[in-house]
Amino acid sequence: MSMNNVGRPTRPEASNDDAGFASLSGGRGLLQDEPLIFELGGWTKTGVDLPDAVPADSALAGLTRDEPIGLPGLSEPEAVRHYVRLSQKNHAIDLALYPLGSCTMKHNPRLNEKMARLPGLSDIHPLQPQSTVQGAIELMDRLAHWLKTLTGMPAVALSPKAGAHGELCGLLAIRAAHEAAGNGHRKTVLAPTSAHGTNPATAAFCGYTVVEIAQTDDGRVDLADLESKLGDHVAAIMVTNPNTCGLFERDVVEIARLTHAAGAYFYCDGANFNAIVGRVRPGDLGVDAMHINLHKTFSTPHGGGGPGAGPVVLSEALAPFAPTPWVVHDDSGYRLVEEAVGPAAQAFGRMSAFHGQMGMYVRAYAYMLSHGADGLRQVAEDAVLNANYVKARLSDLMSPAFPEGPCMHEALFDDAWLEDTGVTTLDFAKAMIDEGFHPMTMYFPLVVHGAMLIEPTETESKAELDRFIDALRLLAEAAKAGETGRFKNAPHLAPLKRLDETLAARKPKLKWKPVAPAPLAAE
Amino acid sequence: MRFTKDHEWVAVEGDIATVGITAYAAEQLGDVVFVEVPEVGKTVAQGEGLAVVESVKAASDVYAPVSGEVVEANAELGDAPETVNAVPEAGGWFAKLKLSNPAEVDALMDRDAYEAFLSTL
Repeated sequence: MSMNNVGRPTRPEASNDDAGFASLSGGRGLLQDEPLIFELGGWTKTGVDLPDAVPADSALAGLTRDEPIGLPGLSEPEAVRHYVRLSQKNHAIDLALYPLGSCTMKHNPRLNEKMARLPGLSDIHPLQPQSTVQGAIELMDRLAHWLKTLTGMPAVALSPKAGAHGELCGLLAIRAAHEAAGNGHRKTVLAPTSAHGTNPATAAFCGYTVVEIAQTDDGRVDLADLESKLGDHVAAIMVTNPNTCGLFERDVVEIARLTHAAGAYFYCDGANFNAIVGRVRPGDLGVDAMHINLHKTFSTPHGGGGPGAGPVVLSEALAPFAPTPWVVHDDSGYRLVEEAVGPAAQAFGRMSAFHGQMGMYVRAYAYMLSHGADGLRQVAEDAVLNANYVKARLSDLMSPAFPEGPCMHEALFDDAWLEDTGVTTLDFAKAMIDEGFHPMTMYFPLVVHGAMLIEPTETESKAELDRFIDALRLLAEAAKAGETGRFKNAPHLAPLKRLDETLAARKPKLKWKPVAPAPLAAE
Repeated sequence: MRFTKDHEWVAVEGDIATVGITAYAAEQLGDVVFVEVPEVGKTVAQGEGLAVVESVKAASDVYAPVSGEVVEANAELGDAPETVNAVPEAGGWFAKLKLSNPAEVDALMDRDAYEAFLSTL
């Protein structure tokens, strides 16, 4: 026989017990600390060879920089490794379930990515002649069509680049409509206590005073309180539906009626549209403006994976005030209207320099077409089903904030079940990291004490949901059994341990200081 | 010392009212990391925003418990916001107001009424 064993052992010779083990260099296996890129880079290296700049007359007059800019110099492999190592520390939807409530961290289909990389849709520039990008503009028009169809609204502004940017767009349209009607004295915006923080922030940014609407014991807008606060001074109400407690505002039609009767507009925060897409058209509910987070409902990447996009649908009353640009088409093709003309077009301005996030439009449109009407309806159904499954399987150990009836697309728990355990919501969330899961949204909405808001989304299988729920059940039982050590110092298995948030806020310490930057190349 | 349902306290000497947040509020907020005190000379009506207090958990408005003109703000809170947690109802005061309607003070809760109110929360 031939013996080609060169001495390589095939099984461990000692036990796998690694208690007390320390590496020689202080390294931590695959959990290495990653320095800042400024700490890594010298000042003399560069990853790209560029010819020396040709001296030219500067049009910047006295503004020409004469101090070193202080950018780190790294070779290409150093730069690549730095960012890949950082990416390995990042939790992402491509790694596991990502249960952040109110964020809709659903899977980003690869078909979307393939479509977005088609050269005719990716290798184009906003300033090239529109005749050369007819397909891209047509895609925007079709996306607009389906957003209007799905929401039952007559107009849409595609250009806002995030949910909060969409809120700003909606409120600017509302303000323009009031001013055009001589109602500029309306200076108050009403929002429920459970609102996303961006709602009052947007209203305040637009110069409005924000007044809170009280919430009923079952987590909905208090109609009597709303009615008492409406009046000639109110410009708009901002209501999220389904709301941040994961509940459908069942009085939404009456909310719209009361609002309109008072001469105000109804802004709906559409962050949670995922729960009702294909089943409910906000236009039928009396909504005047609503942003749609393409990066939530329509599966485009977010949470560090890509820019957001927050198109805003507008009612008949607000449509004339929509910001430019918008798409029109006739016999000569598709065209972006850059300037509003005529009485039917009183655009308050524009929301961005160009037309918005083309890459997100392509992904969202691909998502719509690949799902179809029946598929989108099932998105909403499965999102709600999954959340109710989570709620049902955890309710015996944890306390649901609103136990009565089903929830919508997210399950909300309070911290009543942790009373007397010595474990807080924060401790519990940190311990989830040790179990291999991203924490849920915590301490939001503000109306629920120690809130834990879990949004599984429709893209998780029952097997993955069970894995998640089983881990949470084990943690909950450990908390109730008094294993506080497991929680108080969590996370134990992360590159960085629990941070002292107070110290970080009171005495922020900037770690990196520049050392001897190189002189400018020109000097 | 008088109290509001929004957990501000007010202590009056002559026509000057010192305003802060209660020990209960400081406890609920957690570690305070930033306080924005009002400008001297600002006039506020009862119930209007007077200051902003930010903890690691949340940012909250502090409402003026009484109407008046700000005559002094607690500059020490800028460097030492932790004073609000340490001595909320003494050195952690936010501002002093020159009362424009002293009758407002009498309508606020006294210590017993505030304690009774807290027990309902």
